[in-house]
Amino acid sequence: MAIAREAAPVGSLAEARGGGLDRIDLVELYRLMLVTRGIEERGHMLFRQGKIPGSFYTGRGNEAAAVGVGFAMGIDDIGAPTQRDMGVHVARGTEPWRIFAQYMGRVDGPTAGRDGNVHMAELRLGLIAMVSHLPAMVPVATGCALAFRIRGEARVALGWSGDGSTSRSDWHEALNFAGVRRLPVVFIVDNNQFAYSTPNHLEFATKHIADRAAGYGFEGVVVDGTDVLAVHREARAAIEKARAGDGPTLLELVTLRGEGHAVHDDAFYVPRGLHDAWAPSDPLERYRAWLKANLDGFGDDEDARLREEVKALLVDALRRAEQSPLPDPATLGDGVWASPEDLDTPHHR
Amino acid sequence: MAIKTYLQAISDGLREEMRRDERVFVIGEDVGVYGGAFKVTQGFQAEFGPWRVLDAPLAETAIVGACTGASLMGLRPVAEMQFADFISCAWDHLVTVAAKQHYRTGAALPFVVRCPSGGGFSGGPFHSQNPESSFAHIPGLKLVCPATPEDAKGLLVEAIRDPNPVLYFEHKHLYRRIKGEVPDTDYTTPFGKARVHRAGSDLTIVTWGAMVYTADEAATAVASKDGTSAEVIDLRTIIPWDREAVLASVARTGKLLVLHEDTRTAGFGAEIAATVGEESFEYLDAPVVRVAAPDTPVPFSPPLEKAFIPQVDDVVQAIERLAAY
Repeated sequence: MAIAREAAPVGSLAEARGGGLDRIDLVELYRLMLVTRGIEERGHMLFRQGKIPGSFYTGRGNEAAAVGVGFAMGIDDIGAPTQRDMGVHVARGTEPWRIFAQYMGRVDGPTAGRDGNVHMAELRLGLIAMVSHLPAMVPVATGCALAFRIRGEARVALGWSGDGSTSRSDWHEALNFAGVRRLPVVFIVDNNQFAYSTPNHLEFATKHIADRAAGYGFEGVVVDGTDVLAVHREARAAIEKARAGDGPTLLELVTLRGEGHAVHDDAFYVPRGLHDAWAPSDPLERYRAWLKANLDGFGDDEDARLREEVKALLVDALRRAEQSPLPDPATLGDGVWASPEDLDTPHHR
Repeated sequence: MAIKTYLQAISDGLREEMRRDERVFVIGEDVGVYGGAFKVTQGFQAEFGPWRVLDAPLAETAIVGACTGASLMGLRPVAEMQFADFISCAWDHLVTVAAKQHYRTGAALPFVVRCPSGGGFSGGPFHSQNPESSFAHIPGLKLVCPATPEDAKGLLVEAIRDPNPVLYFEHKHLYRRIKGEVPDTDYTTPFGKARVHRAGSDLTIVTWGAMVYTADEAATAVASKDGTSAEVIDLRTIIPWDREAVLASVARTGKLLVLHEDTRTAGFGAEIAATVGEESFEYLDAPVVRVAAPDTPVPFSPPLEKAFIPQVDDVVQAIERLAAY
């Protein structure tokens, strides 16, 4: 039995405009998705070339979900995205060359080589770096929301997790606490149907993950995570509801993970035909088709120009990242401890 | 100056810092209306209101996770674990997120987790433990174990002002048993500076928390028996720990006894013994002696618990063996 509301798709341009998106915004969403996919496609190539140590993860198929939410956040809002949410970093303004530097373990990555992959974030952009133990950052988002509530600030926190990590106790603790205190937080679940190889039906017994929100006393919404406009509309509504003091929302963004868990995984366990069935829902293809059909003047020319711009941006970013040095082993011990000067930031004053 | 209990000193330190700094807030189970299981925050909610003294759901990860988030956003959370034992439920968050966040991202997490720890009153396996050593192995967490009322207040205020996650282990057996002079002023006790609880010349006892008093009683006993002069060093903080003070004392006395209430194997005493072995081998006139709880859970029944927690007699015997070497 489904309890959560199932969000309708966004159809017409008028609907999109009604959601506060003008032409510049609508094109920007597309550009951000192009940048997101472009970063990860180039990252994949870099990995194959042996330029990225460790492993490599992408959020292919999750671009609309990540960009749609990231774009809906207010400037002073804060979020802790997962490894499928490169689009959030891009939408918040993390510079692509620093992301490539992060991938390659260079000093100009946001973690300066201390951590890899999408384990990064810039607090000044309103983002908190994830850890591998999903959903460990969901209680952190709840804590950010608690701080906003204590200080009476009109800010909202967003906590991301995947479908698998909703099985964990810390996810429950965070949602329960947020519900009890009606905190200004929005919980985003990127449900890409597989936790590594484990399918949804072995992770949860409800029809939707969002159904569980009822158990915490707030609304759950299931959204097609490949529809960037629907994601944006629902994220914006949930964020503004939280900002108005009306408590948390759980948004389940349903997609299909476009690749394996990481590069080493060919995802043989995904049932035959599922990728084919989801192919028409590729978030970028889908949105491009929508723009061409609905947005006045958006045609092949503008599309080609945008793609060239993004390509140039990423080529330049990669060149710059490769010039960034590797960390000096002598700095290994630096930063284990925060110093009083670390509290001399806008956040702490 | 006034004479206060160890518990009152903790309570005063927290209350005074909350009055000075509106960013400080308290979160924990039953800390609000009830005033905390041990009454450390009694009256706090009436003074500071329900959003600065928060009764949390029974969920340690939500509590400590909230501290991480709120401290990132510029507040100064002080969480209470109802018993130090329950910190195991928040272990993952502390170790995985809090301890590593500054190293990875440069973001400071100024929060404190108060942990009422220790045994001696038949609390059994889940209300008596001293988990400080298990956190000592995790880079990024500071560990504080006050022994006196003056230090209890000064170290707590220092912990709240520190830019790192600090685990503050307050020994339950000292709460109302130990009284002492506590300055009324705004003062802090620095981390990593040991205190000479009792000066001596024949051997050095390094310890912390409630065992400071066990060591002192044992030192008094041997002094009156045969004049053996034992120095008792109270480490005050485990991370960072005052290596210089320990090495300097051992250089004078030539003999070291390490005493702790936590279990023996891989207890923090092993780290101290290894460090002295590495750094002060030439000064040692005898093998380092460890007195600690045996490697068992903390038992409930009084004779078993007494056999578990190091007693004054155990320390006296160890001192005598060491002195005679």
